[in-house]
Amino acid sequence: MTEIWNGLIQAIGLIASLDPEVMEIAGRSLMISVTATILASLACLPLASIIHFHRFPGKRLLINIIQTLFSLPTVVVGLFVFVLFSRAGPLGGLDIMFTPALMIIGQAVLITPILLGLIISALGGVDRTMVDTALSLGASGPQVALAIIREARYAVTAAVIIGFSRAISEVGLAIMVGGNIKGFTRVLTTAISLETSKGELGYQ
Amino acid sequence: MSLIEVVGLSQKYGDRTVLNNINVNIEKGEVFALIGPTGAGKTTLLRLIDLLEVPTSGKIYFDGIDTTALGRMKLRIRRRMAFVLQKPSVFNMNIYDNIAYGLKWRGKSRKEIEAKVNYLLEVIGLSALRHKNARTLSGGEAQRVAIARALAVEPEVLLLDEPTANLDPISTLKIEELIQNIFRQYRTTIVMATHDLSQGRRLAHRIGVMVDGEIIQVGKADEIFNSPTNREVAEFVGVENIISGVIVSRDGDIVTIDLNGKLIEAISDGAVGDEVYACIRPEDVTLAPSKAISSARNALAGEITRVVLTGSLVHVEVDCGFSLIALVTKKSTEELKLRSGDQIYAGFKASAVHVIKKQ
Repeated sequence: MTEIWNGLIQAIGLIASLDPEVMEIAGRSLMISVTATILASLACLPLASIIHFHRFPGKRLLINIIQTLFSLPTVVVGLFVFVLFSRAGPLGGLDIMFTPALMIIGQAVLITPILLGLIISALGGVDRTMVDTALSLGASGPQVALAIIREARYAVTAAVIIGFSRAISEVGLAIMVGGNIKGFTRVLTTAISLETSKGELGYQ
Repeated sequence: MSLIEVVGLSQKYGDRTVLNNINVNIEKGEVFALIGPTGAGKTTLLRLIDLLEVPTSGKIYFDGIDTTALGRMKLRIRRRMAFVLQKPSVFNMNIYDNIAYGLKWRGKSRKEIEAKVNYLLEVIGLSALRHKNARTLSGGEAQRVAIARALAVEPEVLLLDEPTANLDPISTLKIEELIQNIFRQYRTTIVMATHDLSQGRRLAHRIGVMVDGEIIQVGKADEIFNSPTNREVAEFVGVENIISGVIVSRDGDIVTIDLNGKLIEAISDGAVGDEVYACIRPEDVTLAPSKAISSARNALAGEITRVVLTGSLVHVEVDCGFSLIALVTKKSTEELKLRSGDQIYAGFKASAVHVIKKQ
């Protein structure tokens, strides 16, 4: 019990004293996950609009697949990205294995289904008459999409926040493609996981 | 050439035929009302005119251009019109931005947008609320915003779908005034759908009566009201007495019609032997306790079967071989002591009978 208690006190101390290493790791975590979220959002907003506003065979199936991928294990995405970018892999030539750049790519891939799925349902939540209203006022296709995204802004923002929280909280992918290199790819989750496995509940 | 020409237009959703062979022309600078009961296909016709849907068959010409054959050009045609939907739909933003939206989409300058929107805010009387979120408005206010937003883009054709449905009488009055002002000021061609006949009469130059996906009569408002060409239209324009009969003789313009054994006189160009409907407006029927000497050619003895008070007027149902409804004032009802079971004479002029030939 004392061990847990001491660990907690130590943790509070590290945060309160703005320990340089803790701050650096937290900053890197934020940088990687925020960038991944922005990249994924930039890809998902137009993609979700295209899926939502067009009728095509297999649309229902596609949405079902996207929703199934919500619960994709992080290590599966980790493995996929690892194989793709490892030296022998098809994108090995880029030589970004165990770098923050690859962690950003991995997290962006990981949260894409969630963002896509939630943005599609956010757009679906906007009354169909708003689309007709926009069209009848002379909006072009992309203008209609923007207007509807704007109408759904709260739900879209929620989708982005959920995507971000999945990115910053995952550990499997960060450790597999980042490697938990001190001062380079170590993030909050990988640091906690390492220290805990060493039996250190605090952080030295 | 008409501004909008609808030719042989049909629309089907699966097995359901919503519009069946619609042919109608709308002239530049007129107010045209589509009148008909709910579900007659008015909204679908407006949506097709605004190119929001693609028809199953038939064509719509806008200013001579076949709109059904257009691909990417649709936007250009659609930008010459504006459509106000039945349900007041405003975007979740302030009133000013709502009205400015169509202009922004057309890439107008900030200055131009500001001038137009400010002016329209004055017209609809919501200047003080410009920064208020449009979603917080009442139905009537939201509909005024929707109309102002449509007007901002200065459309050649303004399409209005039941602009006052679900609104209270005061809001309805304001919207009707707004529509009249718009027309007076801009001479915009207006096509409006309504199920309210009196609204159609107040606002429109011409009326098309729609029933079950077909336009069954087109004409000037008074024409439709006074001389419906078939039973459905007659029912719709409020003729409560529509009685089936046969023309049995003719004397000049006057014909005698056998209505269920009772003979009445009417003015008609129908031939002897024609099966007809005799349409008599309840307000044209007078009631008298005895067979009074009168200029009215028809006086039928009957028994009052029902007396229904509606506001200051009373609907009196008389059985005189067929059921005839008379509309009298409350005062007359009291003076004549009209009660169910009383014997009475129902009178009406021959000229008050509108005769429709059975198809």
